[in-house]
Amino acid sequence: MELDPVLLSRLQFAFVISFHIIFPAFTIGLAAWLTTLEGVRLLTGNHLYRRIFDFWLKIFALSFGMGVVSGIVMAFQFGTNWSVLAERTGSIQGPLLGYEAFTAFLLEATFFGVVLLGRDSVPAWFYFLSCCMVSLGTMLSSFWILANNSWMQVPLGHIIVDGRIVPGDWWAIITGPIMRIRWPHMLLAAFLTTGMCVAATGAWYLLRGKDVQEAGAMLRWGLGFVAVVIPVQMVFGHLTGIYVLNYQPAKFAAIEARWKTQQPASEVLIAIPDPRHERNLFALEIPRLGSFIASGNWDAREGGLDAFPPEDRPPVIIPFFAFRVMVGMGLIMVAVSWFGAFLRWRGTLESTRWFLWATFLSFPSGFIAVLAGWFTAEVGRQPWVVYGLLRTKDAVTPSLKTGDVLLSLACYVVVYSIIYAFGLYYIYRLLRDGPAQDVSDRTKMTPARPLAVAVQATKEAPQ
Amino acid sequence: MSAVEPSELALFWVAVIGVAILAYVILDGFDLGVGILFGATNDARLRSEMIASISPFWDGNETWLIVVGASLFAAFPVVYAVFLAAFYIPVLLLLLALIFRGIAFEFRARAARGLWDRGFVLGSVVAAFVQGAAVGAMIRGIPVVNGQYSGGTFDWVAALSIVCGIGLVLGYALLGAGWLVLKSEDAQLRDWARDRIPLLATAVVGILVVATVTAFVDRARMTGSLFMHRPWGFVFPLIGLIAIVGIFVGARRRLDSWPFAMTVVLFVAAFLSLATMFWPYMIPYSVTVASAAAPQASLSFLFWGAGLFVLPVIGLYTFVVYWMFRGRQRAGYAATSGPASAAKGERKV
Repeated sequence: MELDPVLLSRLQFAFVISFHIIFPAFTIGLAAWLTTLEGVRLLTGNHLYRRIFDFWLKIFALSFGMGVVSGIVMAFQFGTNWSVLAERTGSIQGPLLGYEAFTAFLLEATFFGVVLLGRDSVPAWFYFLSCCMVSLGTMLSSFWILANNSWMQVPLGHIIVDGRIVPGDWWAIITGPIMRIRWPHMLLAAFLTTGMCVAATGAWYLLRGKDVQEAGAMLRWGLGFVAVVIPVQMVFGHLTGIYVLNYQPAKFAAIEARWKTQQPASEVLIAIPDPRHERNLFALEIPRLGSFIASGNWDAREGGLDAFPPEDRPPVIIPFFAFRVMVGMGLIMVAVSWFGAFLRWRGTLESTRWFLWATFLSFPSGFIAVLAGWFTAEVGRQPWVVYGLLRTKDAVTPSLKTGDVLLSLACYVVVYSIIYAFGLYYIYRLLRDGPAQDVSDRTKMTPARPLAVAVQATKEAPQ
Repeated sequence: MSAVEPSELALFWVAVIGVAILAYVILDGFDLGVGILFGATNDARLRSEMIASISPFWDGNETWLIVVGASLFAAFPVVYAVFLAAFYIPVLLLLLALIFRGIAFEFRARAARGLWDRGFVLGSVVAAFVQGAAVGAMIRGIPVVNGQYSGGTFDWVAALSIVCGIGLVLGYALLGAGWLVLKSEDAQLRDWARDRIPLLATAVVGILVVATVTAFVDRARMTGSLFMHRPWGFVFPLIGLIAIVGIFVGARRRLDSWPFAMTVVLFVAAFLSLATMFWPYMIPYSVTVASAAAPQASLSFLFWGAGLFVLPVIGLYTFVVYWMFRGRQRAGYAATSGPASAAKGERKV
């Protein structure tokens, strides 16, 4: 594999989008979490929920700001590095991504401002309504992104005119059967990510004997939520697998590391795929299970990568491992949340220190699962950028030279490293200090400056 | 493939993009300008007054760049593809500069102030320069083959682009000085800014003359047909000239709203002059409005949601923020405080 503009542009896209997706995944969940807290507080009148709310609001503000900053870079990639894609499919992808930008803006300009700055200026019911609208807005934002990506995975509703791919039926483009599975899958992933973080934060404080009341609530709410939702997510994960099998069989074969067509097909649990010799090293396989998973009977014939011409085959190693990492993270969530439910039933949830450690250490499980899932989906779609219509190697900006992309990639790596070091440091500080006090001076702030709220909060907290 | 005359929807989106570019240039222009002037003093008090004068606005101002980008991609994907490919390096620099500047703005109060302050100035200068350079490169023309940019990565580096880049740095600085004179409560900062206006305005006039000469030397194509088919277009440079006189008069007679207002008029006149020269091209001299427009299905899909609903909200939001923080900046706007939602400056101690 040599360094050419295509590979480097892919690396650059993967780099900036991997940094980006962490924040929206977190904020979608946080918005729903904040809405829940505010709703419960309104119902019970318990001030505890207000303190937890104010604490997570600062984290939300900072994450939202980081998400917006890294998202702007994303949008420009389509033109700078993938100008053929932008030109050929722009009349479909442009409006979808445009609506995402506009949705995010609407959110920022309206209800987000109320939530961030207007607690004392509006009636309680309106404040709660604003929380609901912010949550709805983050979900709508993800709707457009998933609509766009699902169309790239399984293009529907388009027509081809003069070599350009233009919209024929918007309803089909936006609400294809794939979208109806993938959007909930992503939403649930975001909720689970936040649920694990909330639980881990609670566990962290309990281990340090800090803010015990708030911490207990966070731990119980986080784990309880994950325990209930993770089975639902597994159903949607399974449905996602079925769509891959039906619409992208080559991706399915890559995820399974099934080099040769088999009847009956075995299921590779873990192995080291060897692309050069098209075989698996150290494979742990279960005979016939592959047929059952894909077709529901134990003898079915299942297509391997050899069923596809070499130029249509996706890479195997990344989808194979990324998929297993994602599933592994899901299993960790099941173990932690269900065992937590058991301990809660026993009444020892908050005093079992080894379990608090386990919960604390599993805080990144959701983020890792989201990244691994997207790696599976995106790398598995190769060699296509729009599946079956436009190859990735044909979509890159023709005027780009290797040195150009090397330069921009290096710049993004350096700048993101600096900025994310600071951003993550502030998030860490906020998390570490806990729901102690709310001290921000919010004059001169507008909802367009969520970073300011969070930075102010860390500034005035005791060192 | 495409009609010679652009459709009404295409014209609507051209108008949206034109207004959004103007809004961006004027609004982000003054806060970039304040960032540029920020580098011209070491006085900590003047600096914090400068920061205070733009803090409620700068981030919202950049929203207009997003409106431009999103509308271009959706309504004129060919232009989006060609423009971003042709300006790969300037766009990279612009994004990095804006990100760095934004982060510096929030973090300078925290720690390492010297570093962030330098980042703030450098980010402002670079962002202004590459925008100007892109305008210069547009005047020279951008080669397109089969809907794709066909030049090299560094074609934008030319005498005219560099002159235009320097010109926009000076122009934004002038706009920023006008803003400080208009909005700052601090008499010392007002005087400081007012004292710099004649020099900046003179420099802008000088650069405009150099740019015009360079354009004639560099490329006869555009200058040859300058306003030839639209002689009424000469009214715009004329308005620009009058505005420049207004800037000098306003600075001398201490009419504190004049320098900013007249600089805005100058920018509008410059924009309309260029638009008149470029029309009907969106990418001079290869892609026209009609040939770049997305199919009607895309334009109308966009119109019914974004055009009718979101854009008016963005306009209204901008208006509300500026209305809330109207008048001179008093004690960091504390008296008038936040926008719509935060109408009462809540302080929790």
